[in-house]
Amino acid sequence: MQEFQFNPVTFPPEAEETRANVRAFLADELKNGGFKPRANCWVAGDTGFSERCGAAGFIGMTWPKEYGGHERSALERYVVIEEMLAAGAPVGAHWVVDRQSGPQLIAHSTPEICKQILPRVTEGKSYFAIGMSEPDSGSDLASVRTRATKVEGGWRITGTKVWTSYAHMADYIILLARSAPLEDDRHAGLTQFIIDMSKDGVSTSPIKNLHGGGDFNEVVFDAYFQPDGWTVGGEGNGWKMVTGELAYERSGPERFLSTYTLLREFVRTVGDNPDAASARAVGRMVSHLSALRHMSTSIAGMLEEGLSPNLEAAVVKDLGNKLEKEIPEIVRLLAPRETGFDSREDYEQALAISVLEAPSFALRGGTREILRGIIAKGLGLR
Amino acid sequence: MTSAAQDDQNELRDILLATAGKLFEDLSTHEVIQAAETGTWPTDLWNALEETGIPLALVPEDQGGAGLPFADAMAVLRLSGTHAVPVPLAETLLATSVLSDAGLPVPEGPLSIAPVNESDRLTLTKNGTQDGDGWSLSGTATRVPWSRQVGYMAVVAMAGTNKMVACVPTSGLATAPGSNLAAEPRDTVTFDAHSLPAEAVAPASPGSAGDRLYELGALVRSVQLAGALHRVLIVAVEYVNERKQFGRPLGKFQAIQQQLALLACEVAAAGAAVDSAVDAAHTQNARFHIAIAKARAGEAVGYVAETGHQVHGAIGFTQEYKLHHSTKRLWSWRDEFGAETTWQEQIGQSVAAGGADTLWPLLTSS
Ligand SMILES: Cc1cc2nc3c(=O)[nH]c(=O)nc-3n(C[C@H](O)[C@H](O)[C@H](O)COP(=O)(O)OP(=O)(O)OC[C@H]3O[C@@H](n4cnc5c(N)ncnc54)[C@H](O)[C@@H]3O)c2cc1C
Repeated sequence: MQEFQFNPVTFPPEAEETRANVRAFLADELKNGGFKPRANCWVAGDTGFSERCGAAGFIGMTWPKEYGGHERSALERYVVIEEMLAAGAPVGAHWVVDRQSGPQLIAHSTPEICKQILPRVTEGKSYFAIGMSEPDSGSDLASVRTRATKVEGGWRITGTKVWTSYAHMADYIILLARSAPLEDDRHAGLTQFIIDMSKDGVSTSPIKNLHGGGDFNEVVFDAYFQPDGWTVGGEGNGWKMVTGELAYERSGPERFLSTYTLLREFVRTVGDNPDAASARAVGRMVSHLSALRHMSTSIAGMLEEGLSPNLEAAVVKDLGNKLEKEIPEIVRLLAPRETGFDSREDYEQALAISVLEAPSFALRGGTREILRGIIAKGLGLR
Repeated sequence: MTSAAQDDQNELRDILLATAGKLFEDLSTHEVIQAAETGTWPTDLWNALEETGIPLALVPEDQGGAGLPFADAMAVLRLSGTHAVPVPLAETLLATSVLSDAGLPVPEGPLSIAPVNESDRLTLTKNGTQDGDGWSLSGTATRVPWSRQVGYMAVVAMAGTNKMVACVPTSGLATAPGSNLAAEPRDTVTFDAHSLPAEAVAPASPGSAGDRLYELGALVRSVQLAGALHRVLIVAVEYVNERKQFGRPLGKFQAIQQQLALLACEVAAAGAAVDSAVDAAHTQNARFHIAIAKARAGEAVGYVAETGHQVHGAIGFTQEYKLHHSTKRLWSWRDEFGAETTWQEQIGQSVAAGGADTLWPLLTSS
């Protein structure tokens, strides 16, 4: 049985300075009407906001300076993102590239590619999407059928990706495709390609979510020409790359803070002298948040040390999703409101968004059932 | 601390935990725990523990103790929770801190503390007006842990408006035996103008262990809970890998895997909350973090104990099988020094008092 390790981390003094800077930045933004706080804010993109984040030095915090980064620690980056999420800021446009695509390019592509792409990313002007899921490949990701066929000087890619968040605004997609015929080892023969969305042969159309909004898309590749060399991790290493991203993708504070603004507005709504039931509910949710934050920062510390805590990340995501889905179910009974998407009051609006978007929380980034399977494997049960 | 000093510290802790782990493994056996349930004091176990100096871990060296780092003592206590060690180690650690913080001598042997319920009020009155005059202790303390089996207890009582600490021998006290779900002694002790010499009483200064008895009680129970929760996970995983039905180990069934994965998550979250509380135990925010730990670990008990039993089937419901040593302690400890609701309400009230916009700063303060 693999032991879970959640060693406590201590934030360095620089991280607390960074925290003060982000808070000042966010306070200014709010004062100037730069954004309106939103529950589940990391699905909300605002390119203007992203550019202001870039200018303030909040994108690519840990990346090398030669790529426009700031060479700060993972814990300083952690502080930036958790402050943004708690404030309900529209970080969606630069979220994916800052969290995982950027670090993957730095670790597994070439310096030329990084120099060409990343500086604009750190300015908050260039965005990424992740092209993994397909109509017939969800949890069973290794079954993807998008094909990359070798041709002179590159590849021809054909296939359909779905649920691709931000594809409509993305300059690049990291695409998982089958680059060699399926053999016994179904994890072999997959490659991650860095796709330039401005080229011909790729088209994007929106898929509306259940409330008519949302940010995901269908992306169709029709004999798209991909030049040689533009991969993450090289030909045939796609599966390794996908699993290598998971700790980044699953351990962050976005996996338990999606409905934090609702909790905050609930506290405001019940006021400074809440009844016992409301006080207990707040206490319970706070105890969960605090434990999750402790685990999640611990993972940030491990990532900084170069470890791949995939198992611990699955624990954070599963527990975190459970909490963020529970928050609306708890508060609606203690401060009941009939809400609509047009509700104006902050609490009501946060409640409406939380209820409507909660079904996505334990699906995106790996479903609850799949995460529990990973944890069970870690326990030695599979 | 320099990193070399930190390495030495970690190495010392590893040695301590290895020693304690072996001791618990060898001497806190199924038979010993079972016998303790019917009142047999585990003499060998306690004596061996005393030889390691662990019961005096929190007493400073110049007061005759081991002067270990607080976190190390809590790590041993957690391990004792894992092994369902049937002696008052938590209570002794608490009592020794209460006494040594008050500058009182620390007696040998297992110790207890009183009161453990916030509603129990004990009072001290002075028997005269001179410095050397003794005191009288009055009042009833309910559910005092292990009182029948310890020589002394550290008692916190009010002398007028002053909080005091007294070191009270248990001989001659009126004790009505009681127990918790794990058959650990929880007695009602009545002090009927019980007289104490002047040198057995001292003030509990603000912030001392005596002053913070209730919250430190919640902390040590949380630490024990973390250990016992972990044990249920280990035992359950071991069992489902061995037990076969329908031609394969139970652990191969997805329904079982999903339940144990969630169980492992609960154990991890409780452990993380307890780690934070131990780290913060001597900071400004101690009470907030201890409240979180007791609330989170207490809450984990419900799912962990229930699921632990479910995957065991009938064997887990027997006295012969070890699981109940852990689950009965979990069900007891979650209610002692405040059930989840007590601490949740305190957290909630303090958050409400600060207001919505101070919640995030509070969560991110260390
Ligand atoms: C808001 C949102 C944004 C997303 N953004 C992206 C994106 O940007 N890029 C991208 O590539 N993908 C994205 N996804 C897709 C996401 O990764 C998939 O939804 C997810 O992997 C599950 O796949 P599926 O939806 O096809 O469900 P399925 O895999 O069909 O699963 C349906 C149900 O069956 C369960 N199930 C499946 N297999 C098993 C099993 N072996 N055992 C037990 N239960 C099982 C699942 O847990 C789930 O409950 C997004 C999804 C959402 C909701």
